[in-house]
Amino acid sequence: MTDPVTLDPIAARRLDGNAAGGILAEVFAVDVTAARSRCAGCGATSMLGAHHVYADAPAMVLRCPSCTGMVLRVGMREGRILLDLSGSRLLEIPMPASSGGGPATEDDGELG
Amino acid sequence: MSVLSRGFGRARTRPADDRLPPGQYDVGNSFPVLSAGPTPHTPLARWDFGIDDEGGELRRWSWEEFQALPREAVTVDIHCVTKWSKFDTRWEGVAIDTLLRDVPTTASHVLASCDGGYTTNMPLPDLVNGRAWVVDTFEGQPLAPEHGGPARLLVPHLYFWKSAKWLRRLTLAHHDQPGFWETFGYHIYGDPWREQRYSGD
Repeated sequence: MTDPVTLDPIAARRLDGNAAGGILAEVFAVDVTAARSRCAGCGATSMLGAHHVYADAPAMVLRCPSCTGMVLRVGMREGRILLDLSGSRLLEIPMPASSGGGPATEDDGELG
Repeated sequence: MSVLSRGFGRARTRPADDRLPPGQYDVGNSFPVLSAGPTPHTPLARWDFGIDDEGGELRRWSWEEFQALPREAVTVDIHCVTKWSKFDTRWEGVAIDTLLRDVPTTASHVLASCDGGYTTNMPLPDLVNGRAWVVDTFEGQPLAPEHGGPARLLVPHLYFWKSAKWLRRLTLAHHDQPGFWETFGYHIYGDPWREQRYSGD
């Protein structure tokens, strides 16, 4: 089977999710490339850093590595950052060790 | 952090030209590919193009049926919202007027839908009276997949994101439904001569 990546200039320019780490660091206080995102389309979960990034479009578009559905769009315009997270059903962000503890604990979410 | 889209070098800068909308530059012979997702590779045997409305499908053409429609050749200037313009691009395809000939409608707007999930919207009057086509040929060659082949919409008087690649459906509607870029702050209409890049422009 022919590998389409070698033939397709769009696929050849595709990046991994770490390419979005820079601009996302402008929004999030932690490195979200290590966050796990559940795709709103297919339900698959993977690290944002393992998503597919299309960076040539008018905004940076992150797509699910399982179904290629759009997970996140981020762009800058006139001094503002635009962030569309509608394609992520759930974002699990590891807390830095130094900010652990605090008022919110893992038990807070438990039922009963 | 000043740019998100990786740059395409300015091939050359022409003096102000009455064919160059405000804020644009002439990209010359190159044809940048700005894609927000993977290239669909729909086999022609599975490709079809349809016009529908809120009530369902109105017309549908297989690839063979589409090829049998009356064709037009057009040479137009195109203008991308990322500021490159390209002059005298040559396309061949079917005018939207031809596709809508037997489709009576009172719709005011159209949403174009594509393989890969891309969408874009525009008023119906912008697609008729010789202003828009579904094209499958560029510079005499079958339209390459990275440029939207098998077939793309061509609406050269609007920013090129409206000329949707990998077109499969036009949905006629009585309201304007924002598409992929229009829901991300891009202008609902996108006239390059009025520099309508973003909502609020």
